[in-house]
Amino acid sequence: MAPKRHAASTTSAAPSTPTPAPPTPKLSSGPATLKTNASAAEIAGHVWQQYASTTPQRTLLLDAFMAFLVLVGGLQFVYCVLAGNYPFNAFLSGFSAAVGQFVLTASLRMQTSDSGTGSGSKPSSKGKNAHFADESEEQGTGTSHERAFADYIFGSLILHFFCVNFIN
Amino acid sequence: MAPSSLDVVLKGSSGRNTRGLLRVIILCTIAAAAVSSRLFSVIRFESIIHEFDPWFNFRATKYLVENGFYSFWDWFDDRTWHPLGRVTGGTLYPGLMVTSGVIYHILRLLTIPVDIRNICVLLAPGFSGLTALAMYLLTSEMSDSPSAGLLAAAFMGITPGYISRSVAGSYDNEAIAIFLLVFTFYLWIKAVKNGSIMWGALTALFYGYMVSAWGGYVFITNLIPLHVFVLLCMGRYSTRVYISYTTWYALGTLGSMQIPFVGFLPIRNSDHMSALGVFGLIQLVAFAEFIRGYLPGKQFQKLLTSMVLLTFGLGFGGLVLLSVSGVIAPWSGRFYSLWDTGYAKIHIPIIASVSEHQPTAWPAFFFDLNFLIWLFPAGVFMCFQKLKDEHVFVVIYSVLASYFAGVMVRLMLTLTPIVCVAAALALSCILDNFLVASTPSTETKAKATTEDKSLRSARNPVVGIYSWFSKSVVVASVTLYLLMFVAHCTWVTSNAYSSPSVVLASKLPDGSQFIIDDYREAYYWLRQNTPDNAKIMSWWDYGYQIGGMADRPTLVDNNTWNNTHIATVGKAMSSREEVSYPILRQHDVDYVLVVFGGLLGYSGDDLNKFLWMVRIAEGIWPDEVKERDFFTARGEYRVDEEATPAMKNSLMYKMSYHNYQSLFPPGQAMDRVRGTKLPKESPQLNTLEEAFTSENWIVRLYKVKDLDNLGRDHSNAVAFDKGLKRKRATKRKGPRVLRTE
Repeated sequence: MAPKRHAASTTSAAPSTPTPAPPTPKLSSGPATLKTNASAAEIAGHVWQQYASTTPQRTLLLDAFMAFLVLVGGLQFVYCVLAGNYPFNAFLSGFSAAVGQFVLTASLRMQTSDSGTGSGSKPSSKGKNAHFADESEEQGTGTSHERAFADYIFGSLILHFFCVNFIN
Repeated sequence: MAPSSLDVVLKGSSGRNTRGLLRVIILCTIAAAAVSSRLFSVIRFESIIHEFDPWFNFRATKYLVENGFYSFWDWFDDRTWHPLGRVTGGTLYPGLMVTSGVIYHILRLLTIPVDIRNICVLLAPGFSGLTALAMYLLTSEMSDSPSAGLLAAAFMGITPGYISRSVAGSYDNEAIAIFLLVFTFYLWIKAVKNGSIMWGALTALFYGYMVSAWGGYVFITNLIPLHVFVLLCMGRYSTRVYISYTTWYALGTLGSMQIPFVGFLPIRNSDHMSALGVFGLIQLVAFAEFIRGYLPGKQFQKLLTSMVLLTFGLGFGGLVLLSVSGVIAPWSGRFYSLWDTGYAKIHIPIIASVSEHQPTAWPAFFFDLNFLIWLFPAGVFMCFQKLKDEHVFVVIYSVLASYFAGVMVRLMLTLTPIVCVAAALALSCILDNFLVASTPSTETKAKATTEDKSLRSARNPVVGIYSWFSKSVVVASVTLYLLMFVAHCTWVTSNAYSSPSVVLASKLPDGSQFIIDDYREAYYWLRQNTPDNAKIMSWWDYGYQIGGMADRPTLVDNNTWNNTHIATVGKAMSSREEVSYPILRQHDVDYVLVVFGGLLGYSGDDLNKFLWMVRIAEGIWPDEVKERDFFTARGEYRVDEEATPAMKNSLMYKMSYHNYQSLFPPGQAMDRVRGTKLPKESPQLNTLEEAFTSENWIVRLYKVKDLDNLGRDHSNAVAFDKGLKRKRATKRKGPRVLRTE
C-alpha cells in the first residue's frame, strides 16, 4: 500500500494547504527549519492570505468539496491500516471513489478557474511554457464552464458506476 | 499515392466538401482492402479457426453463447487440466468472446442467423478495417498534412506485421486488441490536446475494454505514464496534462480492476507501479504549480525542493519496504524476460519454449514491415523537429516498441502501429513537397533573395523544388516503392500468414495443391470413437485443439498455468515405459496423442519439441529426467541407431516410431524431418497399443492398456502374446524369481 499512501499523502497535501492553514507549515517545516524557520511559516501565511483574498466563491466551494473528499479518503485509509482491509474490494472502491472524485473535481477546478479569473497560476505557467514557442495553444483550452461541468458529470458517472460494480 | 495527389488537384478548385467526401471514400476503400486481403485463408482452405489459442477462444465463445454471460463469468472447466480443472471464467480475458457474443446476438436480433463460427472467423478482418480507421484518426492528430492519415491507414491495413495476427480465422485476443490499442492512443492524444475530462474518460473506457481483451494492456499502462513523465521532465506540465492523465488513471484503473483476471493487480503488481507513481507525481506537480501562483520565485524554490525531497523519500522508502515485505508482487517472469533475453531460458523453460517468445531475427523486420522500416527513423526525426506533446508520444512509443520488438517476436505487433504512423509522416512530407505541380512562385523566391542580402535567411531558407526532373524522379520512385510494398504485402499474406496450421497444404510435383488434413481426421476419430470423458494426454500445444475439435478432456493445454502438471506430462513422455505407465494410470489417461512428422517431413512435430519436454520435466525432477541423457556422447541429438538408451526407451520415441519401419523395405526406414536412417526393428511398446494413425502419420493415437487380467506386468504379457515357445521360458523364469524373493 505504499504507493497508495504516497498518493494519499500528496492528495491530502494539496487542498489541506488552502483550507486549513496549520498543515502547510507542518509539511514544509521539515527541511525548511534547516535554514530559517520563520520564513517557512511566513511563506505559508502569505500563501494562505493570497489564497483567501483572491479565490472566488465558487472555487472555494469546490475546494471545500475537495477537502471533504480528502477527509473521507483519509478516514478510509486510516481504517484500512488500523482495522485491516478485510473487504478489500469495498475498501478499494470506496477509497478510489474518493481519490477519483477528488481528481475529477480538481480537473473541474482547473478548467473553470483558469478561464475565469486567472487566479495567479496562469501567468506563471505561461511564463514557463514560453520556452517552447511552438506551443500553439497556451493554457486556456477554451472549454466553457458548461462544457467542463458536463464533462465532470460524465466522468463522475463512469467513476461511480465502476465503484458500485466493484464493491461486491 | 492517390489520396494526396487528388487532394492537390482539388485544392483551391473544389470546396472542402469534395475533399471530405473523397476522404471518406478512400477510407472505406482502405478498410475494404484491409478486410479482403485477410480472406486468403478462407478462400484457399475454408472458414476454419486457426492454430492453437483461437480454438480455446472459440470454445469459450460457444460456451458463452450457449450458457449466457453469467455462467460464462463463473465458468469452472473440468474438461481441461484433468484432475485439477481450471477456473476459466476468472483466468481469461473475456473481451474477445464477449465482443463476438454481442455481435452474434445483435445479428440474431436483426434476424440474420449467422453461425457463431463464422463470426469468430471473420472478427479479426472486420476489426482490422476499424484499425485502419483508428490509424487515420491517430495520424491525423500528428500531422497537418491530409495525406498522412490516409497513408497511415493504408499502411496499417495491409502491413504484414499486423496481418500476421489478424487473418480470417485467427480468432485471438490480438484480433481486437490492436484496434483498441490504436484507438486508445488516439483518444489519449486527443485528451492531452484538449485537456477535457470527457476525452480522458473515453480513453479510460477504451483502456478498460483493452484490459478485458489482451494482456498487452500493460504496454498502455506503462506508455501513457511514461509520456506524462517525460512531459513533466521537459517542463511541459499543463492543466491539460493533469486533467487527462488523472482522469485516465482514476477511471482506467478502476475499470481494469473489473476484470476478474486482472483483479487487484493494478495496485499489487510492479508492472503497474509506474502509473501509480506518475499519478502521485503529477498531483505534487499540480500542487506546486498551484502554490507557485502565490509566491515569488525564490521562496518557491525552497519550498519545492523540501517538498520534493520529503515525498520522494517517503514514497521510495515505502515502495522498497513493501516490495521487500512482499505486499507488492515482484515483476512477473515474462516481464523479466523482456529485459534479459537469457532469463527465460534459464529460469522458466516453459516461456522460452514458445517460439513467439524468441528474440526477433532481423530479417523479420523487413519481412513484416518492408519499406516502412526505413521510413520509420525519418518519421521519428520529423517528430523531433516539431516536438509538440503528441510528437513526444510518438518518439517514446517508437523507442520503447522497437526495443520490445527486438526482444520478442510477438511484440512486433505493438511496433507496427507506430511504424505506420512515422512512415506515413515521412512519406506524406515527401509527397507534399514533391507533388506540387507548380514551381515555387517567384515572389517567395524574391523574398528569399532579399532575405539573403540581410543574412537572416541562413536560419530559415525558403526551400522549393524547381525542376520537373527531380520531382518526377522522386515521385516515380516513391510510387514504385508503394507498388512494391503492396506486392510484398500481398505475397507475404498469401504465402506466409494464411495457413491455418490445422490444415496443411503442400504442392504436388505437378503444382496442384495437396491438402493434408491429418489433425482434423484424428480429432474427429477421437470424437466418434471414444467415450465422452476419455482423457487424452498430449503435449500442451495440442490441448486447446483437442478441447475444441475433439471435445475430450485433456491433461494440459496452452494455458500454461500449472508448470508442475506440464512437467508431469513431460516426464511421462520422456521416461521409460515402466516409469510412465504408473503416471498415466494415476492421471486416468485413456489415450495418448503424439504428433509425428517423419513420414511427411513436417518439422513441427513432437520429437523436435521433445527437448523442451525433457527440460521442463527436469526443472521439477532433476534426478529422474536429465537432458544430458538424451544427447549422445558427442553432444548430438540423434534418433537413429546411435541414439542414447534414454532416448530409445522414452515413451515419446517409442510412440513416434512404433511400427514405422513396417512402411519401408527392411533396413530402409527414413525419418524425413531429421533426415536420418532409423534402426531396423521398430521399438517395442508394451503398455500402450496403437489405436489410430492418421493418413499421413502426423497424428498417432495410443490407447493406454488396462492392467493385465492375470496380474502380469505388461512386458511379460506382450512377450507371451507374441511367441509362445521362447517366451514361455522367460515367463517361467519370472515367477521363479518372484518366489525366491
